[in-house]
Amino acid sequence: MDQHFLQMLSPPFDLANISAKRKQIKRSLLALGPAAPLRVAVLGGSTTSELVGILDLFLLREGYEAVFYECEYGRFFEEAVLDNQALKDFKPDVVLVHTNSRNIQHFPSAGEDPSGVEQKLDQELTRFRTVWDKLLSDLGCLVIQNNFDPPLVRLLGNADAVVDFGRTSFINQLNLRFAQHARTTTGLFINDLSYLAACVGLSEWYEESYWFSYKLAVGPKANVFLADSISKIVRAAYGKSRKVLVLDLDNTLWGGVIGDDGMTNIRLGNETPEAEAYLAFQNYCRGLRERGVLLAVCSKNDPEIAKDGFKHPDSVLHVEDFSAFEANWDPKPGNLKKIAEFLNLGLDSLVFVDDNPVEREFVAAQLPMVAVPDMGSDPARFIEILERQGYFEALRLSREDAERTQLYAKDRTRQELAGQFQNYDEYLQSLLMQAEIDHFPALYMDRIAQLTNKTNQFNLTTRRYTSAQLQAMVNDERYITVYGRLKDKFGDNGVISVIAGEIKDGELHILLWLMSCRVLKRGMEAAMMDALAGECFKRRINAIHGYYYKTAKNAMVSDHYASLGFSLVSRTEADAVWRLDLADGYKQRNKFIEVTPFADIQDGSLAGNLSGRA
Amino acid sequence: MQTSRMEALQEIFRDVLDDPALCIDRSSSALTVPGWDSLAHVRLVVAVEQQFKIKFALGELEQLKNVGEMLDLMERKIQSKR
Repeated sequence: MDQHFLQMLSPPFDLANISAKRKQIKRSLLALGPAAPLRVAVLGGSTTSELVGILDLFLLREGYEAVFYECEYGRFFEEAVLDNQALKDFKPDVVLVHTNSRNIQHFPSAGEDPSGVEQKLDQELTRFRTVWDKLLSDLGCLVIQNNFDPPLVRLLGNADAVVDFGRTSFINQLNLRFAQHARTTTGLFINDLSYLAACVGLSEWYEESYWFSYKLAVGPKANVFLADSISKIVRAAYGKSRKVLVLDLDNTLWGGVIGDDGMTNIRLGNETPEAEAYLAFQNYCRGLRERGVLLAVCSKNDPEIAKDGFKHPDSVLHVEDFSAFEANWDPKPGNLKKIAEFLNLGLDSLVFVDDNPVEREFVAAQLPMVAVPDMGSDPARFIEILERQGYFEALRLSREDAERTQLYAKDRTRQELAGQFQNYDEYLQSLLMQAEIDHFPALYMDRIAQLTNKTNQFNLTTRRYTSAQLQAMVNDERYITVYGRLKDKFGDNGVISVIAGEIKDGELHILLWLMSCRVLKRGMEAAMMDALAGECFKRRINAIHGYYYKTAKNAMVSDHYASLGFSLVSRTEADAVWRLDLADGYKQRNKFIEVTPFADIQDGSLAGNLSGRA
Repeated sequence: MQTSRMEALQEIFRDVLDDPALCIDRSSSALTVPGWDSLAHVRLVVAVEQQFKIKFALGELEQLKNVGEMLDLMERKIQSKR
């Protein structure tokens, strides 16, 4: 399945392609696998064919393969209310009453007295109630009724919403009555045109040339928003709304990396615009939780360190708010499966939110039933992006919904399940990774110093150096320095790894080996090791000594040297010394990253590359 | 410019009518292109308006005799935006 076809159906919708490539999109969605059959009757007050064509795609996206019944042009009332054998024979599961403010028959006249306005409200409501009652009693189907979009014409300007004979005011009143009625009528659901029109904007919602030429009540863009919204209602009506919001932590629920920055330095609260944006997002998640959406964590982090973030004084989310908590270094698809199993829900109940496009793509490719919105990287937009997706459509909030959250929280225990990934290699291959590995160039020295001084987790020795000290190593032939910069098909991760070692008696002692957790489990360690070994051969160095100094945060690299083929020389409670003999040769370890060869890059020739980065 | 515009338009026709081998020229019209019915027409108009960022005024399209005249109209609209 081409992801880009699904992308066309996600906000902001690709209107040109939805219009042009309708059949291609449909074929690709059908190829996704079996979809549940659904019989949909569309009873319209205007041309319905355009909406039906688009709705077909959006229902397929939600897993329903629809067949449609369309009423004669504009005859929604007659076809619903008068004896209609054709509609009965069609046996619809869902009837959509596709009307809008163009279908209001009795607007008040200018200056009409309140009792007259009231009478007209009753007249309109009765007309629609007749439709609903007949459909619900005769067909036993779900009825989705559009409420009314704001009128194109505001004869009174702003006062149109104030005086009771204004059209805007009349429509607002009518929408309230529709809502009151739907609240107490089983099987009747309101499609909120009033909100959708606001999303689109009235200047695009109504396109009068399409109305006059083709009798389309709303413009092409509006039809896409309508179809999206209707498909969400259908999904919810069949109990298929998503139920769990699975959240990454670093740069998703707070700014910064908890393992490196520590609880006191993550950005969360009211101190800076960035901190405020993360706080707002936490409040949003909390709101979802309170109305019954389960929250879960899926983060590449040490579990204890991960929980520290929620001890931040401004954190409105707390560890107890999460119904499942997976913080470890395993691939995320496996963790998402664990979360679904633990909560006893299908993967199609999950929405996965992560700021990292690499993680998102991996999950989307491995677990197509999990919703993976493109969150971008701007925390100010996280809420809007999730809102527009409408994953958590709730038809009516039941008390059980709100209680479900607590239920899961109570019996939460951390379970260990296997569920590892078989084809991680294939995934790494697909990333098309390219690394630039070289001695520290002067141009990168500040970044290398910054990385050296803030990295805490993937850091073997946690030694800190100033950029001047690092520059001194470059200039001194008793030292070897290596940095790595990694690009993949999603973009450039920048400088993410640093090694420095000192040569004594023909052997290398590693002072510094660290890497950003952003590129963990990507095979970058192997590429760095290869480069280091290559340089050692060039300098006729026979052995490399590696040191691990334990801190509160670097447990994840305690076996780093073992994984690179070093032998253990000595180990105490906290520290370990490792040795790799190069006398017998060295076998290349990197399999997935195309490395620009060590000898080929010199400071000068890099300049072109580097300037492109800024 | 006109040639590439013609190619882009042909691509839209191929997508909308779901016929990857369809060839249109300036003389093509709803009478000669199979499948160009009123439903397809709406989708063609939407796709053209979106892709070329233009809007057809009421009645403009109804006066056109063939694809050639449509291209000329599109060209005028695109030029007048510049």
